[in-house]
Amino acid sequence: MFDIHLHGVGLAYGDHWVFKQLDLTLKGGQWTCLLGGSGVGKTTLLRMVAGLTGNGRVRTAGRILGGDDQPLHGRIAWMAQQDSLLPWATVLDNITIGERLRTISIFRRTRVNQQALVRARAILERVGLADKADSLPQHLSGGQRQRVALARTLFEDRPVVLMDEPFGALDAITRLNLQDLACELLQDKTVLLITHDPLEALRLGHEVYHLRGQPALLTDAIVPSGTTPRALNDGRLMALQGVLLDRLRCEEAAA
Amino acid sequence: MNRVLKPVSVIIGLLVAWQALVMVLDIPAFIIPEPVAVIIRMYDDAGLLWHHTLVTLTEMLLGLGFGVLLGVLMALMLVYFASLRPWLLPLLLTTQAIPVFALAPVLMLWFGYGMASKVIMTMLIIFFPVATCCYDGLRHTRQDWLDLAHTMGGGSWAVLRLIRWHAALPALASGLRMAVVVAPIGAVVGEWVGSSAGLGYLMLQANARLWVDLMFAALTVLAFCSVGLYYLTDLLLRKLIPWQSTDLS
Repeated sequence: MFDIHLHGVGLAYGDHWVFKQLDLTLKGGQWTCLLGGSGVGKTTLLRMVAGLTGNGRVRTAGRILGGDDQPLHGRIAWMAQQDSLLPWATVLDNITIGERLRTISIFRRTRVNQQALVRARAILERVGLADKADSLPQHLSGGQRQRVALARTLFEDRPVVLMDEPFGALDAITRLNLQDLACELLQDKTVLLITHDPLEALRLGHEVYHLRGQPALLTDAIVPSGTTPRALNDGRLMALQGVLLDRLRCEEAAA
Repeated sequence: MNRVLKPVSVIIGLLVAWQALVMVLDIPAFIIPEPVAVIIRMYDDAGLLWHHTLVTLTEMLLGLGFGVLLGVLMALMLVYFASLRPWLLPLLLTTQAIPVFALAPVLMLWFGYGMASKVIMTMLIIFFPVATCCYDGLRHTRQDWLDLAHTMGGGSWAVLRLIRWHAALPALASGLRMAVVVAPIGAVVGEWVGSSAGLGYLMLQANARLWVDLMFAALTVLAFCSVGLYYLTDLLLRKLIPWQSTDLS
């Protein structure tokens, strides 16, 4: 499993640098969590890693490479706060959309092959939705929809997973359950997760960074001890959460 | 049941009001005939009306078909050939800036007194709402779907076929509903300017001979065709795009 290196990464809208000269290493096979208040540029950074900032109006600087010095294109899976499920497609079709996007052509209407379908159903079973394969997204609850999004991410089977507050819109209990599930299922992936919830970052991250300031800078890594997902009754974890929450509140007040 | 009952009761209400108006104000039959007289005329001349209805319906449906096809093609070109946009948009507007009524005589001259000129006229009217609505729908595909497709490695054809097209369907459906309502205008105006068959032709002939009940009978049939076509389209679109209602809320 390769590391990912961000060298001197920066992004500007006109003359306004959202962040500048950022260096960061995401360790292979580990979860790196980026914590930050709203509007600090977390999502922008994640989009840049995903290669989604190819818009005419933004200026970018720096390099983002895998440990093999190759760009990340084609090696990432993306999971956002919205589940982004296609309302016209069944759960199974939503999970296999990547496969269909890559194989369809003008002259040939390719169906998802049997092997891929079997794999999709197996993943659906792992996220606990085996009986929902033929349902439409509108008939699922928020938690179930996000499970489908997780299944779709797993189906892509890419070594790197980028997550943009994937559990942000869920209620507290559902969120904890999904965190545990994601932690279990994405064990062998290199994950970059951004969140504004310190508890989420501390439960799931092998390394936690805090992005703050303008242009935004990264603080030193916090490395919580123990295996993920960390238990909620860990006193040190809770104390750390308190410290981080205070820091975020101070920033918010200053902004 | 309510969806059927309400339109029907509106129609019956209108008929009653019409009958009452004629009776109370004592309007002569050559100005406004009684609904009863119109219904009797419809029954007596059913064959004649049917013959002309078929002509007008064919014109409308052909115009709709070609208009929708052309409108969707135009929308696709506007979205995918950005460099053509500055040329195509004025063209699109020009087709609407010239009133189709003014074009009718020219179309007769070019395409004759048969069906072709009416089909083209209908097509011209329908093309605009379909093109603009479809273009809007294609343009406003949710960014997060496009982002996702991008990270998955989908090419532009795949993204169009599997995501943008579906995402544009609700908007296209609004365009279609509008198109279906205005389609009769194209056909009937065309028939008024010059034709040998169709409900518009029949109305013109009846009017000249002061057969006002026949004229109203033709008008009623036309109204039924339009309303029927609208509800049929609406029903079809609801069946085809079941997610629409939830997506718009």
